[in-house]
Amino acid sequence: MIEAHSLTKRYGKTLAVDSLSFEVRPGQVTGFLGPNGSGKSTTMRVIMGLDLPDGGSAMINGRPYRDLPWPLHEVGALLEAKAIHPGRTAFNHLWMLAQTHGIRRSRVDEVLDLVGLSEVAGRRAGKFSLGMGQRLGIAAALLGDPSVLLFDEPVNGLDPEGILWVRTLLRHLAGEGRTIFVSSHLMSEMALTADHVVVIGRGRLIADRPVAELVAGSSRRFVKVRTPQAEVLTPVVVGAGGTVAPGTDGSLTVTGLSAEAIGDLAGEHGVRLHELTPLQASLEEAFMDLTRDSLEFGGHDVARTVTDGGAVASTAPGGTAR
Amino acid sequence: MSVESVSLGPARPLPPGHYGPIGQLRSEWTKMRTVRSTLWTLVATIIAVVGIGAVATAVTAARWRSGGIVDHIGFDPTARSLAGVFLGQIVIGVLGVLVMSAEYGTGTIRATLSAVPNRPLVLACKAAVFAVVAFVASEILTFGAFFLGQALLRGSTPYATITQPGVARAVAGAGLVLTVLGLFALGLATIIRHTAGALTAYVGLLLVLPLILQAFPVSFQHQVIKFMPLVIGEHMAATNPNVHAFGGGALLSPWIGFGFLCAYAAVVLVVGGILMHRRDA
Ligand SMILES: Nc1ncnc2c1ncn2[C@@H]1O[C@H](COP(=O)(O)OP(=O)(O)O)[C@@H](O)[C@H]1O
Ligand SMILES: [Mg+2]
Repeated sequence: MIEAHSLTKRYGKTLAVDSLSFEVRPGQVTGFLGPNGSGKSTTMRVIMGLDLPDGGSAMINGRPYRDLPWPLHEVGALLEAKAIHPGRTAFNHLWMLAQTHGIRRSRVDEVLDLVGLSEVAGRRAGKFSLGMGQRLGIAAALLGDPSVLLFDEPVNGLDPEGILWVRTLLRHLAGEGRTIFVSSHLMSEMALTADHVVVIGRGRLIADRPVAELVAGSSRRFVKVRTPQAEVLTPVVVGAGGTVAPGTDGSLTVTGLSAEAIGDLAGEHGVRLHELTPLQASLEEAFMDLTRDSLEFGGHDVARTVTDGGAVASTAPGGTAR
Repeated sequence: MSVESVSLGPARPLPPGHYGPIGQLRSEWTKMRTVRSTLWTLVATIIAVVGIGAVATAVTAARWRSGGIVDHIGFDPTARSLAGVFLGQIVIGVLGVLVMSAEYGTGTIRATLSAVPNRPLVLACKAAVFAVVAFVASEILTFGAFFLGQALLRGSTPYATITQPGVARAVAGAGLVLTVLGLFALGLATIIRHTAGALTAYVGLLLVLPLILQAFPVSFQHQVIKFMPLVIGEHMAATNPNVHAFGGGALLSPWIGFGFLCAYAAVVLVVGGILMHRRDA
């Protein structure tokens, strides 16, 4: 169980996390979604007791991180930034962590085996590929067999096989009743792994609900219509209370009317239809809708840049951000 | 590698008690012995302390007969065999800095503090493990340099034995000075958190500060020079304080000077610990 109560974190003038409150419950995968720069990594570092909040608190199993008697037995985390000395072997990295908690050597071997690094346990971590480094980080997170696990963008930079492996692992861990909190800036990734999502934008909470509800609740239900008689159909649809927008491929996008109603109207008016497809906003679109609102809230003081992945990065200049 | 094939089992109940210094000391020892930089800096310390001591004494022995009487006045065979301690101070400082700055430089500090969030405890255990390693290594090296140096001097020049007054203090004390300077460097690295910055600060305080002092009036120099770490170290590693007086100013007695050195190290370590506790990792 992870709880954040009015968590606030500033870096100089940047308000990275803005009175954020949420709960992460056991037995499911909770996605932590937000565009780049929205404060996900910061929130995770604060939960892990690494960065200190300027306001509010973060609790793990009811206690602040610094008060945990055996942190590795309660929480494990794969954070965004590397936390491994490149000159130390994989085994020794885990061993030095194990020793702080009196964890036995066989457990180190066990987690190395679990993540598939047994063969390279004696190799220095600096020689590891990105995927192997990620696996070593996951092994460290699992070392103390904790009930709460945090993963910050765990599939970033992994090949498809690695991505699938991480997804399967997350589902498996949640299935064992653990609390799994995993961040991503891609909704599509969460759609495949998460049961529940906490969505943030500019450090503020935007949504906290089951994935299914997030999609169903989206305002973006529409019908794609293709017809050679658009000039006849459009006024009819509008007259019946629908909204028509021309699509990019010559089709029409109709909102406010069901596919059945549109089909009936077309029949009544003798309009030929080549396509009539009810559509729901994809998760990605639902996410973009949510975060777009948050980005536009506050207007001109939000600088937006579209990164190569098409994700939206935002920077909130401080002071005005509240 | 299949996830399903390995059951992690349900989360276990927590063991009684609390993480603590014993596990942390073990962890810090593992960290120290499992990176190559530790070995290399220790090798460099051997070369500095024993190697330079051997060269200095061998050269002295070879030139003794051809040297003038001036060279012979106040000759301190103990100090000559400990000539390498000067460079040793720099090298042990590098080790002290690296032990801490490597944690920050590589991000290992996040793994360390996730396991043990009590930061002053982490610093104390790291400093303790470093102190033991540095102390054992330094004492072996200063005694090694002394005995090797005296063996090289014997037959050509006056030489010292460990039982002579002040000799054991100089040799053992030189090792203690190295240890405490290493701790001082570790404390600086805790405050500064970057290898290059911490090394610059360490070398600056050790070597550059006495040079800067020369820009001040002589009377002021005489009052202040005795507090310089370098002067305290050099003084400790000699048996005859008068000969090694710097710039004519009065010196602190070796152990009082050493007390100041310990105080410097304690101050930077405490400041480092407070900052570590308050700052983001
Ligand atoms: N250590 C830091 N120092 C200064 N600013 C930071 C630091 N960490 C994060 N930030 C800023 O805080 C905001 C949130 O960043 P981050 O938590 O990394 O977002 P995300 O993980 O969602 O991409 C960004 O504007 C980022 O530039
Ligand atoms: Mg991030």
